[in-house]
Amino acid sequence: MDLNLSDEQRLLRESAERFVAGSYNADHRRKMANDPLGFSPAVWKQFAELGWLALPLPEEFEGLGGGAVEIGILMEAFGRGLVSEPYVATVVLGAALIARCGTNGQKQASLPKIADGSLKLAFAHSERASRFDLAKVATSATRTTQGWRLAGSKIAVLDGHAADEIIVSALIHDHHGPSGRIGLFVVPATAPGLAISDYPRLGGGRACNVTLSDVHLPEDALLGDGHDTLPAIEWAIDRAMAALGAEAVGIMQTLLDSTLDYTKIRKQFGRPLSANQVIRHRLADMAMQVDEARSMALRAALKVDAAPTERARAASGAKAKIGRCARFVGEQSIQLHGGVGVTEELEVGAYFKRLVAFDTLFGGSAHHYARHAELGRKA
Amino acid sequence: MDLSFNAEERAFQDEVRSFIAKNLTEEMKRATALTPSVFSDPDIGMAWQRALHKQGWGAPGWPVEYGGPAWTPAQRWIFETESARAGVPNVNVMGVKMVGPVIIGFGSPEQKNFYLPRILSGEDYWCQGYSEPGSGSDLSSLKTRAVRDGDDYVINGTKIWTTHAHHANRMFALVRTSDGPRQQDGISFILIDMTTPGITTRPILTIGGDHEVNQVFFDDVRVPVANRVGEEGKGWTYGKYLLEFERGSGIASAKLREGLKAIADLAESDLTGRAIDSPDIASRISEVEVDIDALEMTELRVLSALQTGQNPGAVSSILKLRNSEIRQAVTRLGVDVIGHDALAVEPMRPLYKLNHEPATPEEMLTVVPEYLNGRAYTIFGGTSEIQRDIIAKMMLGI
Repeated sequence: MDLNLSDEQRLLRESAERFVAGSYNADHRRKMANDPLGFSPAVWKQFAELGWLALPLPEEFEGLGGGAVEIGILMEAFGRGLVSEPYVATVVLGAALIARCGTNGQKQASLPKIADGSLKLAFAHSERASRFDLAKVATSATRTTQGWRLAGSKIAVLDGHAADEIIVSALIHDHHGPSGRIGLFVVPATAPGLAISDYPRLGGGRACNVTLSDVHLPEDALLGDGHDTLPAIEWAIDRAMAALGAEAVGIMQTLLDSTLDYTKIRKQFGRPLSANQVIRHRLADMAMQVDEARSMALRAALKVDAAPTERARAASGAKAKIGRCARFVGEQSIQLHGGVGVTEELEVGAYFKRLVAFDTLFGGSAHHYARHAELGRKA
Repeated sequence: MDLSFNAEERAFQDEVRSFIAKNLTEEMKRATALTPSVFSDPDIGMAWQRALHKQGWGAPGWPVEYGGPAWTPAQRWIFETESARAGVPNVNVMGVKMVGPVIIGFGSPEQKNFYLPRILSGEDYWCQGYSEPGSGSDLSSLKTRAVRDGDDYVINGTKIWTTHAHHANRMFALVRTSDGPRQQDGISFILIDMTTPGITTRPILTIGGDHEVNQVFFDDVRVPVANRVGEEGKGWTYGKYLLEFERGSGIASAKLREGLKAIADLAESDLTGRAIDSPDIASRISEVEVDIDALEMTELRVLSALQTGQNPGAVSSILKLRNSEIRQAVTRLGVDVIGHDALAVEPMRPLYKLNHEPATPEEMLTVVPEYLNGRAYTIFGGTSEIQRDIIAKMMLGI
């Protein structure tokens, strides 16, 4: 039992923090918020050069073989700077699904390109009617003589506008109708029939809705051999929730730090705000919740390769708890900044919005406490 | 990073399990489960302390030269976790975890030789004389006075919330030996024989119906000067040292987990009409379980830091605060789970020796008393408000 960082992990943290502190400031974030791409290709190239895109990929495909803890270290630093590059979409979700479900040829075709920065991915799974139920997929994939025909629509696809390829989940229909198996299909961004409607995402970056109107794909667009990929989807999203939880910790820590600084400087009634016990106790509660969130993000990361129920309970527990903490820390940061906290002039609001996005993504606290409870009863 | 135990640690875990299997009687287990106050009654608690002592495990946190087992932080974790899982008695910590470390840190060789072995063996039973009716959170305003008279101090005053004073044969107390410029000055740390003439003890019944705490009065009580620990007037430093032990000594998550499990078992049972089928109850059980997971991870992070010689700092206040709040959440949930049975509170003590058939199933007997008594968790050992002051000052610098 040892929860101390290794030397390599410490170096990774230092280089990530240094990079974010140097490259990400308020000006850069404002520029990105108004940018149609929503992130900087130059920064993405640097991610590749620093080895961050290769970090969790298998070593036999040009990866570095890192784990969820390393991803968490990186994501926490990303949170501190409100990084908007499509890291979760491409590396944490996309690459993981290919690495887990793809054939050897599919992995060889994609993973080295992800590592060198020349291939960006997105994962289109959520549908409006499914809410947060990962098993409920109406988008269909029907066998044709040449391969597959996909039809349906997806929402909340992270960074789909920037992806070269979108991994789309669809219910496989064979000759007898719906098979009950969910397949994952690699759809090129240029595929006829694929319509992407993107929007600026709450808290930075972009997302999109995707419509597939009879998109025809070759046989090998299907990842793997047609087995049901629902377990892989649950696995990948649990991993993404652990990673996003670490990012939320970085965001919360930044909010706590800046709120603390502000309450020391801001004077009312002839003394700093922090001289009031009611303010000090609020900040103590915020610090405590940041610490609890940090524990839960680490816990989820350490359990991503555990048995499915244990992994899923750790991920849902972390998502629910960190979501609660995020809302509290975010809302109180604005409260303690007073009126200026509600303006776009300060960045408190930008950080807060990213936390709200985190809380709702893949299901909010209520959903994940319920999932945690249900999985507990099956166990 | 790794959450799992290595081969050595797993071997130790087996050793702890077999020790518990051999020594924990069904009677002790039942008595512990049916104790709604913080500590087991002395006959139960001290029987367990004697068994631990025989094994060389009487004082896990002490240095080897005084009889500690030289465990690594991971071993302490395993010991506490296995103990909680098995439901071992809650040994009164006033001796081993509170006065023991102070005597080791600041006591004279004579005091160490006399008291430490008696703590280990369970021969002495200690209580803590800190709070006074006029000194709660503002502890250093205490007024109980010790006036030097030859080789004795003559003590007058009163102490309150004294856990198990009615069982204890010794008390460690903070008393005022002089009036310094600050109220923290002039306090001394003194060891008192509870059989000394002039000491009277008044029971205080808590709202859960238990007699665990007392008020203790001192009327011209003569205590040898040799019973003072460390320097005269430096007692506040020693007392604070001890309070940090009290707050940080806990590996609390394992015990919380067992408490929640008992409530969850009730919720899944026909005794409560399967309370768990209410989505609200099911979600709340998960909420508390997740809070325990978070506390456990924080405890493990602290342990890991300790293993490499780092100082965890003010995090002991976080641990105390969260432990007490989660404990209250568990007991609150318990009351909601048992529904109408919360109306029938058994007044007789001890609950494991009732001479009549209680109105509720035995599994429910402690639920309401634990909830009621449990309100004290956020008050004793430094209230939650004091802990927040400490966190703000030590962690945030405000």
